[in-house]
Amino acid sequence: MRVPSAVRGTPFHERTGPLCQAGNWRRWAGHFAASSYEPTHEHEYQAIRSACALIDVSPLYKYRLSGPGAAALANRVVTRDVDRQDVGRVYYTPWCDAAGKVRDDGTLHRLGASDFRLTSAEPTLTWLHENARGLDVNIEEETERVAALALQGPRSRDLLRRITDGDVAELRYFGVMSARIAGIAAEISRTGYTGDLGYEIWVRAADAIPLWDALTAAGGPFGLAPAGMLALDMARLEAGLLLVDVDFIPAHRAIIEGQKSSPYELGLGWTVSLEASNFVGRAALRAERARPPAWRFRGIALDWESLEAAYATVGLPPQLPGTTLRDSVPLYAGGRQVGYATSRGWSPTLKTYLGLAHLEAESAVVGTALEIEVTVEHRRRRAGATVAKAPFFDPERKRATP
Amino acid sequence: MKACDAVVIGAGHNGLIAAAYLARAGLRVVVVERSEAAGGCGATEEVWPGYRVDTGAHSLTGIDPRVMAGFGLKEAGPRGAGLDLMSPAPCVVSPQPEGEALILERDPARTADLIRPFSARDAARWPEFVRAMSRASRALGVLYGTLPPRLAGAGRGDLWELLRLGAKMNRLGRRDALELMRLIPMTVEELLHEWFESEALKGTLAAEGIRGICQGPLASGTGYMFLHHMVGAGGVVRRRRQVRGGMGALGDALRRVAVAAGAEVRLGHEVASIRVEDGHATGIALAGGGEIAASRVVSSADPGHTLLGLVDPGELAPEFLRALDNIKYRGVVAKVHLALGEPPRLRSGGDAAQTALPGGDVAQAALLAGAAITVAPSIHYIERAYDDAKYGRPSVRPVLDAVLTTALDPSLAPEGCHLLSVASQYTPFRLTHGSWNAERREALGDAVVQALTEHIPNLEGAILHRHVLTPADLADRFALPEGNIHHGEMTLDQVFLGRPVAGWARYRTPIDGLYLCGAGTHPGGGLNGRPGGGAAARILRDLK
Repeated sequence: MRVPSAVRGTPFHERTGPLCQAGNWRRWAGHFAASSYEPTHEHEYQAIRSACALIDVSPLYKYRLSGPGAAALANRVVTRDVDRQDVGRVYYTPWCDAAGKVRDDGTLHRLGASDFRLTSAEPTLTWLHENARGLDVNIEEETERVAALALQGPRSRDLLRRITDGDVAELRYFGVMSARIAGIAAEISRTGYTGDLGYEIWVRAADAIPLWDALTAAGGPFGLAPAGMLALDMARLEAGLLLVDVDFIPAHRAIIEGQKSSPYELGLGWTVSLEASNFVGRAALRAERARPPAWRFRGIALDWESLEAAYATVGLPPQLPGTTLRDSVPLYAGGRQVGYATSRGWSPTLKTYLGLAHLEAESAVVGTALEIEVTVEHRRRRAGATVAKAPFFDPERKRATP
Repeated sequence: MKACDAVVIGAGHNGLIAAAYLARAGLRVVVVERSEAAGGCGATEEVWPGYRVDTGAHSLTGIDPRVMAGFGLKEAGPRGAGLDLMSPAPCVVSPQPEGEALILERDPARTADLIRPFSARDAARWPEFVRAMSRASRALGVLYGTLPPRLAGAGRGDLWELLRLGAKMNRLGRRDALELMRLIPMTVEELLHEWFESEALKGTLAAEGIRGICQGPLASGTGYMFLHHMVGAGGVVRRRRQVRGGMGALGDALRRVAVAAGAEVRLGHEVASIRVEDGHATGIALAGGGEIAASRVVSSADPGHTLLGLVDPGELAPEFLRALDNIKYRGVVAKVHLALGEPPRLRSGGDAAQTALPGGDVAQAALLAGAAITVAPSIHYIERAYDDAKYGRPSVRPVLDAVLTTALDPSLAPEGCHLLSVASQYTPFRLTHGSWNAERREALGDAVVQALTEHIPNLEGAILHRHVLTPADLADRFALPEGNIHHGEMTLDQVFLGRPVAGWARYRTPIDGLYLCGAGTHPGGGLNGRPGGGAAARILRDLK
């Protein structure tokens, strides 16, 4: 008897399935997502940074807000000022509960004056409905209906130009446009989760396979390779981008208050428009703004010499993580714990051992010397680390429009 | 237009009391009321020519004594409000199936004598019961006189308040406080069973534990409800107070008090919305056009109407809206008013052959002296009445609280005529089949008259006029949510820290400068004026 799986393939699964030599799948919002296609993810990472990579991001939750009250609803939910968002622009934004604690983050695409697409990591339909009371707005979940591919990397523009009728070259950073790709109607946004030049392509699920085929058919000369989650995770660490459940816990799923974070505590103060319309959590964030936040979110860079010394005590060279580590480890300053690092990993591009960290404000000044706990042969030791500015990797091409 | 310091929505007793306190503290206060009379649920209307009917509440138990004394409500003369309260010595007449009647008075020794024919054991226990319940209700009164403590996110000031509350409770004696904790979640049936055996006595008393809630006497928390009505009543047996000229005179007196304190009261103006700017309440818009700008808005309307009906929902967080949506109202009270051409005669008192029964002619005398008739001959009877409501039907044999208002005040009816005002429970606002209409209204009137006729055989023949208000009518007439007389059911989850919703039990709302002061706030309904006074105290404290 065949038991139906609780996990589904994405609209691209027909193509990604056979490509996944590693058989290394993980679950992402109820879908199969390849961790890596090849047995190790190094080529996939290099495709993101040196050529271009195709990443299936269809499991993202996607919602369409339309109708006269769509802008009001968006303004009610997200922390940014939607009144200032032009059609054709995308906002990265968190959204909060009434206490000003972050529930989730995502992108808000303004496709028309009263037409938005919101992407999220967490299911958000109920939250949108609860905030829509009294508004004339149509809220439609399009998670299943819309397939999404991220095309990321320095050659992504060149590839895309070849197969689309739209003026992709002119599409600015965080812009979104409608275009046809090999005849398929798509929205193309200049967004991504890699901190590199790149695009995300949104099409009807029924068009997923032709889109994949068109991209891969044209991709050869540009070094196009499918990339999985492990490669993406390394890239997003270099880009200093937050990952839900790793770098923060959604407020509505936190068990204790201490697990919740405000946007200010996550380094997202720049997304909070306190003068904008009355979004959920504004009053609390105004009060928080009046005093400096107790916690900051920062990058850290491990000190190679001290790492070497820690491993030398057992006669080993430094053992470096091949993937991004997602367990939390303590950070110390002056012998006292002052924070914790939530994401850590080796950056092949920067040749640095990096991390993203929550730090008490007084220890969060860039350049502050810290100590980080490292486990060397089953024993806890400490290595030096320095507070650094994230993003670590921030190439000009990410924003540049030729 | 110059903004006033506070605009109060609703000129019911709580709105007026809040307005009076605020005006007396020097604030410029405007009260806006949609109806043409002040007083809210304390209303007297000329339903038929020459009859002045208390269409809402027909008895007054205990306006907070601090209000009574503080504003000289009872004082006559140009400076006093001239409220004339009348009380009969016998408070309750409870007719029984066999024709006898149980009578309760305020004096414990006399009441023990009246109980004795029903149970000598119960009679012997009565004085001690009165003492025990008085102690428990006094402890509850302490809670009612304080703001519910803030538990989540409590600061140093909150801890100080909590300590003071603890100290006050301690002064009453730890045993009383502990006993109160034990009684609050009990069923009124369990509570009474600890003391008494007489079904007549237990039924009569248990009727107090279910007033205004859609719960039977076997439900948890009815023990609390029993005690709630005793706070301010100064005893187990509620002193039945009636206002000379009708309950509407209370509203008039409170309006005079508020005006004398400096408030302006505008009748006949309905509020359309509360204006909010940048998270602050800045005034109200009137349904008939025009606005009143104010630094704060104080609403005695129910929490649901205030925050879901008058405020743009976009001003409130979804979590809070969800909590408001989940407030239980479930009104269960209907009113029936009967104009009578002759005095009602109890079965026991009307038939010479039965005067030998316990209570007999004494009961008839009590009725004519103005005692309330309670039709709740046993706990079983009440539970059966509730069973109907549980399934969305009006009780076939309802629990009744009837008052011959003309007994104490003959001026309420034409010469030689009488007025009987009946509150009937259980009458669910939401019916399982259909909704309230003219036909069902008359059927309800029939059921109430029939239930009363069992004890008052001459009733049907004496009726000159009949006027029925279903819960839906009460909802319209008095802006009661789902007809709930307390602006929110007083079940355990919806009192004290949970009134109107958990986390907002201190008269404030998430909107700065918007306060609640109606029965939907701590410590709840029942014409006591404590929510209005408590809200005013909160507002004045916030001003500092």
